[in-house]
Amino acid sequence: MATQPALEIPRPPRIAEAQIRLLERLCNACAVSGNEGEVRKIVLEQVKPYTSDVRVDALGNVLAVRRGQASQPVRVMVAAHMDEVGLMLVDDEGDGIFRFDIIGGLNAAQLVGKPVLVGRGRVPGVIGRPIRISDDEDRDEKIPLDALRIDVSPDNAKRVKPGDYATFSTTFARLGPSLRAKAMDDRIGVASLIELLRNAPPNIDLLAAFTVQEEVGLRGARVAGYALNPDLALILDCTPARDLPAWEGDSQAAGQENRLYNTRLGAGPAIYISDASTIHDPRLIRHLVETAEQFHIPYQIRQPGGGGNDAGAVHRQRTGIPSVSMSVPGRYIHTPATIIRLEDWKNTLKLAHAALSQLTPAVLAVER
Amino acid sequence: MAEPVTFLKQLISVAGLSGYESPVRELVETAWRPLVDELQVSRLGSLHALRRGTAPEPRPRLLYAAHMDAIGMMVSGLLDGFLRISEVGGVDPRLLPGQLVTVHARQDLPGVIVPLPKHLLPAEAGKRLGTLGGLLVDVGLSGSEVQRRVRVGDLVSFAQPPIELSEEYLAGHSLDNRASLAALTQCLQALQGRQTAWDVWLVATTQEEETFGGARTSAFQLRPALAVAIDVTFGSAPGSPAHLTSPLGKGPTLGWGANIHPGLYRAFKELAERLEIPIKTELMPTYSGTDAEVMQIVAEGIPTMVLSIPLRYIHSPVEMVSLKDIARAGRLLAEFAVQLEVDFMDRLTWEEGE
Repeated sequence: MATQPALEIPRPPRIAEAQIRLLERLCNACAVSGNEGEVRKIVLEQVKPYTSDVRVDALGNVLAVRRGQASQPVRVMVAAHMDEVGLMLVDDEGDGIFRFDIIGGLNAAQLVGKPVLVGRGRVPGVIGRPIRISDDEDRDEKIPLDALRIDVSPDNAKRVKPGDYATFSTTFARLGPSLRAKAMDDRIGVASLIELLRNAPPNIDLLAAFTVQEEVGLRGARVAGYALNPDLALILDCTPARDLPAWEGDSQAAGQENRLYNTRLGAGPAIYISDASTIHDPRLIRHLVETAEQFHIPYQIRQPGGGGNDAGAVHRQRTGIPSVSMSVPGRYIHTPATIIRLEDWKNTLKLAHAALSQLTPAVLAVER
Repeated sequence: MAEPVTFLKQLISVAGLSGYESPVRELVETAWRPLVDELQVSRLGSLHALRRGTAPEPRPRLLYAAHMDAIGMMVSGLLDGFLRISEVGGVDPRLLPGQLVTVHARQDLPGVIVPLPKHLLPAEAGKRLGTLGGLLVDVGLSGSEVQRRVRVGDLVSFAQPPIELSEEYLAGHSLDNRASLAALTQCLQALQGRQTAWDVWLVATTQEEETFGGARTSAFQLRPALAVAIDVTFGSAPGSPAHLTSPLGKGPTLGWGANIHPGLYRAFKELAERLEIPIKTELMPTYSGTDAEVMQIVAEGIPTMVLSIPLRYIHSPVEMVSLKDIARAGRLLAEFAVQLEVDFMDRLTWEEGE
């Protein structure tokens, strides 16, 4: 296939300045699992001009449907999760200092010394170790979560309270060919899904699910999959790129090849084969791969293994929903600063749009 | 002159790592120039500012020293488009993962510090959290671009912008010890239109975080009769031991211990009480960990004192101070200089009532 000239993609969505600015707004918004309001508001504002069929369900998912013009359109659910990992204040210790808990898969080693925003008022605070009093303690000892507190200063002690959510306050930045932000997982998927809805291919009914609570057990996608009852599902997410070099030196790791990179930055959209929660549908994998080759869009296969995303919940709804996932590779997801390549995002959106445009019932006509 | 908070925010928006203090020195020079009679830069880069006294020559000299250098990192190697780093000053590697930094390459590059995944580290690395091994900086550029732009030895500083938590509380990197430079600046402002018998030398010292080299050499060059180090100290929080920490917003601390001349301590304490400036005595058994440590033993020895501003999360990019404490420190220093009589040294004694 690769020897043939690239076909023209029907009305491909473009990522230009406006799209990057929307991604910036989405990433800077605070939406910890269970508290997705800030992102939901942006999503509703963005999708309403393109379809009147929009609803917010019992968990807070935004379900937006855009019908195609074909006589028998394939009903495709495309999902991206709105929530991000974060923190919640759980105890007021006085003097502006609060004990907190982690929501989602956040490593405590990423927390100390970071700025945060707390509560609906986005009150600034910092994560510190209030009772550290020595400079020469043993630095080989890990700092336990138990020693960390969120400090909003004595002046703001009454402006926040236990139950308030907190996120990193990292702001969006461009680093040469890269974009850096918090919550790129999965605002990049949300931004892509908004673009797909704006440029929905006419051959399908596009059932867009902007889901909640992905980071705490794929809970939003589960009810969204049930409610939308699609023929098939495509999950757009952000997956780790662990494509770092091995640490050289006096050890056996010296000069070794990194065999567990999961995905690589700059190598295009990452197509899933399987992860800890899903064995992705081979017919849909084939469709994505063939579309990529047909249109000369770079892609990579995500290394099979751990992790998981909304596909894990969606594919087991009702009598089963054939599902596949595709991610923008992101370095350092679930930390204050994720780095992606702009080119990977462009190619992910291009491939998603092309694959949807090429979808016919024939893709699923063969048995799995 | 800018508002105190504006100036302090400028001071914590530049790098000025130990040995490379010029970005912060330039800011201080600009702020101090209209407030002093003379400015000079020492051979190790410290800034000396003189406010001339009125007593006949030879006038005794009072030295106020606040270090202007900050902790940070330095590029120690390039690895497939990533940067290895080593520390400048005392950096706790455990708070580096996920920190935003600026790499001071041919042009400044924004970056983030990242820990290597376990499978890429040597087997023994898990037991060596205490070194910067296993941490890299990612600047988001391709390997060849990094090769072209970054060199070993380039400085890496925290990129955390100042956080104005409220009107009184400010957080950011390098408040240790830029908070004290702000206090010295407020001291100079308070001295405007007033006279001192003594010559007052304000010194922004270098390399405190590494060798105390700036304070030692500046004290030798200026040979003051009295020297005060202005620095920051551990701020308290619910649950912290009261004898080792000091509350934020409740005033500066006066050091007490081997680095402190008891007579000088008493003079400051009595003055603070008279002016109703809240202060706390901070016990510093053995060493103070400040410029006073070296100034005390310069030449034939100098009576020294330590005035500190309580600060939470020391040596992190989110250090926190109270602007009120800074203003109080500045006022106390100014008033001390003003009331200092020309024969103070004749009356400076070790024991009370001696």
